Amino acid sequence: MPSGETPELRLGIVGAGRVGTTIARAAIAAGYDVAISGSGAAERIALIIEVLAPGARAVTTDELVRHADLIVLAVPMHRFRNLPHDLFAGKILVDAMNYWEEIDGVDPELATAPAGTSVVVRDWFPSARVVKSLNHVTYYKFDAGRRPHGSPGRIAMAAAGDDRAAVAAVLQLIDRLGFDAVDAGPLEAGLALEPNGSMFGVSYSADELSALLWPAASSA
Amino acid sequence: MSSPELELGLDTFGYITIDESGQPLPPDVVIRNYVEEAVLADSVGIDSFNIGEHYRPDFMDSAAHVMLAAIAGRTKRIRLGTAVTVLSTQDPVRVYTNFATLDAVSNGRAQLVVGRGSLTESFPLFGFDLADYEELFEEKLDLFTRLLREQPVTWSGKFRSPLVNQYVTPALPAGHLPTWVGVGGSPQSVVRAARYGLPLMLAVIGGPPGRFAPLVELYKRALDAFGHPPLPIGMHSHGYVARTDQEAVDIQWPYWKETFEKAALERGWARPTMARFQAERAEGSLYIGSPETVATKIAAMMRLLGLSRFDLAYATGRMPHKQRLATIDLYGREVIPRVRELLADHQVPSISSSHASVGVTAQPHA
Repeated sequence: MPSGETPELRLGIVGAGRVGTTIARAAIAAGYDVAISGSGAAERIALIIEVLAPGARAVTTDELVRHADLIVLAVPMHRFRNLPHDLFAGKILVDAMNYWEEIDGVDPELATAPAGTSVVVRDWFPSARVVKSLNHVTYYKFDAGRRPHGSPGRIAMAAAGDDRAAVAAVLQLIDRLGFDAVDAGPLEAGLALEPNGSMFGVSYSADELSALLWPAASSA
Repeated sequence: MSSPELELGLDTFGYITIDESGQPLPPDVVIRNYVEEAVLADSVGIDSFNIGEHYRPDFMDSAAHVMLAAIAGRTKRIRLGTAVTVLSTQDPVRVYTNFATLDAVSNGRAQLVVGRGSLTESFPLFGFDLADYEELFEEKLDLFTRLLREQPVTWSGKFRSPLVNQYVTPALPAGHLPTWVGVGGSPQSVVRAARYGLPLMLAVIGGPPGRFAPLVELYKRALDAFGHPPLPIGMHSHGYVARTDQEAVDIQWPYWKETFEKAALERGWARPTMARFQAERAEGSLYIGSPETVATKIAAMMRLLGLSRFDLAYATGRMPHKQRLATIDLYGREVIPRVRELLADHQVPSISSSHASVGVTAQPHA
């Protein structure tokens, strides 16, 4: 495992569920030094991490924030408001969450968010550099679908955010994880990546994803 | 039921079905048809018939225990269970009385899969807040396992009145009412099942089943960590058996498409396509084809994941009764014997599933 001396190869994942552990496996395979937290003490998720994401370290969320400047938020959406507003100050925060009424209950703010749920997340964490990504491809593709850079048939993932340097860092993360990276534009553009959006739950190539994101440009 | 037998069962959600002219049948006819399907399942050697729990206009499985009692009266051998009982929004005492009574009338054939379910209409219907679902399931599973294992029960919780030195009748004979925990892929749910020492039922409705191998490993490791012996693991997936692969595809596709079109609209899932349907048949979680195709796939997945139980969620959607009967007949007469043959040397955990739920000491808070 890397010693963590390369800061951009340190990754934190908040959420030790199905999605968090799957992203952790892909990140370890890509050479990241991965810390992962659940709710509460690290011991509560130690066995899960040992079996599902060997090589990652189970830590508290506070330790995780000290470990990495690039953090994936992968908790059930109804839980993100349990985290303090300033927890991720200055960090690149990848919002990999999706709002599912059947899991999260009826949440009027999320259900009606006109510019997408990531805008609600950004408003909750105003000091974080929020990027919406890693949420729109079926989770098990992180295991089964990752391919080296340049491989034919590589699946694409999009990233949307207003902090362009943060988006660039997330595009690099996507590529290292084994997927073609597509810049979707500002955070509001993340709406198209959510459930019910045309890009959700389907594996597309970078060209196909770009065509869905920018239909005018591709038909010109 | 005393050897580590494989269990090959059927699951249904009690879909409203259509008649030959394409019109939906009345609910009472639909329910009686499911009783007939279970009676056929018993006669062709299927191990269990398990009914879901929903409260929706398209599913008639809101009172599985009543249907199962009717089936019990007309069958001798088949096990009678659920897939799944939404324990989070039920009173565990009532679940216990219903299913302990079913166990009595069926001469020891009752079983349960408990879980949260993937549809959530029962929460508002019974006055529960979906935001509490983790806490609800934990608390109700705690009470339910105590009722199974250690009567009289003294218990208190947040969501119902406490019990003090309470006996709930009828008492179950030792080892009866095996209770499995249904999970959809959450590691925390897998660890919880292990913590309670309950067998694990994986609901796999899409994608490659092999991805559940790490969760199977997690379950085994967690059982060991909590001091429980190895316990059985099962899987529930959709499928349809016909004479040939093509016939099975032709019959199931329109109903699968219709069902998942509806789910796509309601739940934000990707729209179904023939390409995805065929990919799910080939590499994913659909068991659709000739008896040989389906048996080969079931056996391969049971071997891959070390399963002792497989439940076929047969005939997805509004498919007519006659075609449902046809697939039950083939599953019982051809698929199951072939799976047993293919798995003749298959090692499954050496434990009786009928003793699994109650044969160990509860350590829910270890």
